Amino acid sequence: MTFELMPDIILSTLLLLMAWGALYAPTRHDAMALFVAFGLVVALIWARLGAPDLALAEAAIGAGLTGVLLLQAARLLPAESASTEHRPLWFRSSLLFLLVTTAMFASMILNNNSLQLAGSGISANVTADSASLPEMVAAAMGDSGVGHPVTAVLLNFRAWDTLLELLVLLLALTGVRQLYPGVNRNQQAVANTIEQTWPLLLAWARFLAPLLVLTGGYLLWRGADGAGGAFQAGAMLAAAAVILRLTGLLPGLSWSSLLLRLAVNIGALVFLSVALATLMFGDGWLVYPVQWAGALIVAIEVFATLSIAVTLSLLVVGEPEELSA
Amino acid sequence: MSAMQLYTIVGAAIFLLALHGLLMTTDSIRRLIAVNLMGAGTFLIMIALAARISPPDPVLHALVVTGLVVAISATALALRLITSAAIAQHSQDSENKGDGDLSEDVKP
Repeated sequence: MTFELMPDIILSTLLLLMAWGALYAPTRHDAMALFVAFGLVVALIWARLGAPDLALAEAAIGAGLTGVLLLQAARLLPAESASTEHRPLWFRSSLLFLLVTTAMFASMILNNNSLQLAGSGISANVTADSASLPEMVAAAMGDSGVGHPVTAVLLNFRAWDTLLELLVLLLALTGVRQLYPGVNRNQQAVANTIEQTWPLLLAWARFLAPLLVLTGGYLLWRGADGAGGAFQAGAMLAAAAVILRLTGLLPGLSWSSLLLRLAVNIGALVFLSVALATLMFGDGWLVYPVQWAGALIVAIEVFATLSIAVTLSLLVVGEPEELSA
Repeated sequence: MSAMQLYTIVGAAIFLLALHGLLMTTDSIRRLIAVNLMGAGTFLIMIALAARISPPDPVLHALVVTGLVVAISATALALRLITSAAIAQHSQDSENKGDGDLSEDVKP
């Protein structure tokens, strides 16, 4: 047990305590608050593990947007009926089982040498026929058109996944919209904005939102060559939009506006047209020509950022009048 | 023990703890939180495994980035389903009671 592991041990203990609280806190609101705090601790851990851009995205999405979603839903739901620990014997025995399983995992991880092998850089143990995925990525970076391996994986080597992932976002928004007509309008009519926004919150929103937009823009611009990219930038912009919407500084957007519908769809549309163009005029579905790869990836990223930001903010703060079909 | 190993164990522990919560709680919001915690445990394991080499494994990072966005869209859809179901249940209950609404208001 070395001294430099101390922050990690403290963070891990905090994380486990918060996970426990988020599951078994006495009231639902405590559970939600602890879940938001859990998201922030996860973000800290990811920053320690060499993923600062992912940490920002997790803080914005996992803690911020999910927290807003949960609190909004809790306002509409009736109070919790059953207590959680009505079967103490089952509860304790399954907890014992959980501890034993975790201990087995721990011993396996601690005794498995293959997890520790690759400690010192990629080129240390390259053999001709057993190249691992990171080595293959590093070898193909020259043809990818961008300088950051995560962006290259997302938008070039595994572009299929990213395209389908944009479609998943569209699908989720469609699903949310479908569920509005069945909802009792009288109960739903509660405005999303806080009626009398606290002056402090208002001042903070005016200060935070431009900073978030700036960070999002930087992450997008930086994404080609360093830590960052469309998803992280989209998450930042969505967080800014949600803050402004909740404080009432941003007017509600109307689904009938062509501009909004275009913004939701344009990421997937641009991505699909690039895919079709490469299929018809190039070497195949989503195989970019090497000299065009950089420009194509940046174009897709810009439009995908817009779509992700608008879709996420609609998913979180969209109102029935805005979203119903 | 390295930080990577510690966080892999913690990720597995959180996944199992959340699975326990998913099975033992009855409130739908708590169950949704449990599913989200299971996702967070998985992401934590992936990020810890990515940190075995330096620079970190880009494939795992890319998977986590997409996973985060898919997780929030699934959460938004699930919450909308939960609230719609609860509101439909509520209006059905008040319809079934018919003109008994007044007496219900008096009772509590």
